[in-house]
Amino acid sequence: MSDVKSFFDTPAPAHLTGIKAWLLTHDHKRLAIMYLWAVMFWFTVAIILGLLIRIELMSIGPTIMGAKLYNSAFTLHGVIMIFLFIIPAIPAIFGNFILPIQLGADDVFFPRLNLLSWYLYMLGGLLAIVSLFTGGGFPDTGWTFYVPFSVTTNHSVPLTLTAAFILGMSSMLTGLNFITTVHRMRVKEMGWMQIPLFTWSLYATGWVQLLATPVISITLLLVIFERAFGIGLFDPDKGGDPVLYQHLFWMYSHPVVYVMILPGMGIISEVIPTFSRKAIFGYKAIVWSSMGIAVAGSLVWAHHMYTSGISDTAVFIFSLLTYLVAIPTAIKVFSWVATLYKASIEMTPPLLYALIFIYLFTVGGLTGLVIGAAGTNIHVHDTQFIVAHFHFTMFGGAGFAFFAGLHFWWPKMFGVMYNIKKAYIAATLITVGFMFHYVPMFVLGMMGMPRRYFDYLPQFAQGNALAGIGGIIMVIGLLLMLYNLVMSLREKVVAPENPWGGVTLEWSVPSPPPVHNFVTAPSVKDYPYDFSEVLKKAAQS
Amino acid sequence: MDPVLGVDRAFWYIFGVSLILLIGITAVMIYFVVRYRRSKNPVPSDIRGDWKLELIWSIIPTFIALSMFWIGWSSYTGLRNVPDDAIEVEVLGQMFSWIFIYDNDKETENELVVPVNTPVKLNIESLDVIHSFFIPAFRVKVDAVKGLPTYLTFTPKEEGEFDIFCAEYCGTDHSYMTAKLRVVPNEEYEEWLEEEE
Repeated sequence: MSDVKSFFDTPAPAHLTGIKAWLLTHDHKRLAIMYLWAVMFWFTVAIILGLLIRIELMSIGPTIMGAKLYNSAFTLHGVIMIFLFIIPAIPAIFGNFILPIQLGADDVFFPRLNLLSWYLYMLGGLLAIVSLFTGGGFPDTGWTFYVPFSVTTNHSVPLTLTAAFILGMSSMLTGLNFITTVHRMRVKEMGWMQIPLFTWSLYATGWVQLLATPVISITLLLVIFERAFGIGLFDPDKGGDPVLYQHLFWMYSHPVVYVMILPGMGIISEVIPTFSRKAIFGYKAIVWSSMGIAVAGSLVWAHHMYTSGISDTAVFIFSLLTYLVAIPTAIKVFSWVATLYKASIEMTPPLLYALIFIYLFTVGGLTGLVIGAAGTNIHVHDTQFIVAHFHFTMFGGAGFAFFAGLHFWWPKMFGVMYNIKKAYIAATLITVGFMFHYVPMFVLGMMGMPRRYFDYLPQFAQGNALAGIGGIIMVIGLLLMLYNLVMSLREKVVAPENPWGGVTLEWSVPSPPPVHNFVTAPSVKDYPYDFSEVLKKAAQS
Repeated sequence: MDPVLGVDRAFWYIFGVSLILLIGITAVMIYFVVRYRRSKNPVPSDIRGDWKLELIWSIIPTFIALSMFWIGWSSYTGLRNVPDDAIEVEVLGQMFSWIFIYDNDKETENELVVPVNTPVKLNIESLDVIHSFFIPAFRVKVDAVKGLPTYLTFTPKEEGEFDIFCAEYCGTDHSYMTAKLRVVPNEEYEEWLEEEE
């Protein structure tokens, strides 16, 4: 370790002390750490809710809760996982920490706005808690808040919607910050085709956040107005159109799945070359596929609505467009696998998570083809098949990428190394549990079991029992993973500046970095994934 | 072609191609990780891309995707085309049951009876929130929306009892909003239709 003072020991602005040094900080790294703890808190809460849901479903009839509580449980599980975990997780934690360093900058372009984003995130979370205990009971609409149900239920929907609205603001401002930082804060020598792929993916994500979030914000406000004043936008009794709400909702909520997955793909694009000691295969293709996904992904929202009563022409167009999004995604997967060809591969926990990501995400993507096709969609729409599919993409995809990122950048963020063996055990448990948990849901969906079901017919009993067992194994694995990471902070096994042999700029600064990130001026490579120096060093030792 | 068969054919096609791709990708990935592990291959080759290969793996998946789209779309049209001789039944969804109204104003709750080998068209609407009418056995599903009449059609080829579910979450007892579809011989259907409740 160098004798440089890390950002943990240097408040920014400099006059702040104690808790204020955190709560009023402008330092992107401190904000990332603050996001990390908040996000982890919500993640744990939502995991426990998910576990309770699956335990309830392990046998027919009420097991540990009634239908009302169950409906609230899956609503909260969805709202928390989406708005408080998976949307902010990678951009707000790793984006904040790593993006400025990868660009050779000392902070984001708007540090104060960054702090505001964090407060909005916390406020949104707080309101979500308050909404539980005010009004007629826990919110029970599902995370989609479909009208007219969300307008008629007497539970405290407006407050939950306000929480989602504020969280949307937070996400949007983070996106804005990243876009401007990429444009304005890059070191002079860094051209567009020298930007690391993680930062590229956040740049693409930033545009989606910035352009799509206002749609949901307005929609949520409209629902609140509808409830408060009965203006009749969505209420068929007053001449409104409930399907209009679905269009507006998915116009945001479909692009936002790319807000969840694109940064995850960015992490994989960093992890694979690093442990292969080899250039990423097709850098430019990956960059353009990120932008392609961001654009095409914004045009496919109505593929959530084939059965909603939209015209057959609309089904035709949206199904066709949906298939076009599959292409850039496939290109990425092929590029990652090709990177491994003739590489020099070192197995580590982040790489293991990345490889499992490729497998699970491929399953998620391929089952997406079943759902994108019009005829087959009709059968599996709103069934357990959908639940399995989006957990494969969002959890097996974005979630596992997040775990890969955690294990990849943890030594950089805290300057300590976790227990490698425990990390492998946790990864194995999570994966095995994952398969037993979600594969039965594919089968249940094909058999016709709808989603959001509190109870079910006898033919669905076996699958649900199996899924429950898988879920329990998975949660044990997740808790072990979190425990292992937290324990590393106590055991303090010091991590070097560049434990993995990475070549992007964050590996050229101390772990943890000093407050202005760079000790010596950053030097930019012509090609961002050039491993020749790392190899030279390895040959010498 | 029987619409159910059309949908199943689309399922098999997409699942089959997907399975081949999944096995291929996974096998190649595992092979590379084992074959090029650092102890075996300490010095990597510097390969940064190959435009020919990249072009190939952009174009071939495009054709695969388009073929899947097409088979999916044609099976969808099979589900949507209503035969001319279809009998029509009005269906109303409400929290939390299904109501069926026949031509002669006969009304049933959670029990739909239709004659075998006769096309059926169900005209569906909701009385309150959104529901979704789903018969897994016939691969059909459509939302019931207040103020927006929708329809679905199917032709039962054999007698029997089939499950009907509500697939769109609609409140506390959503999962109990189920009904039975009974497919009976023609004569039995006529008799049943004239029965007083």
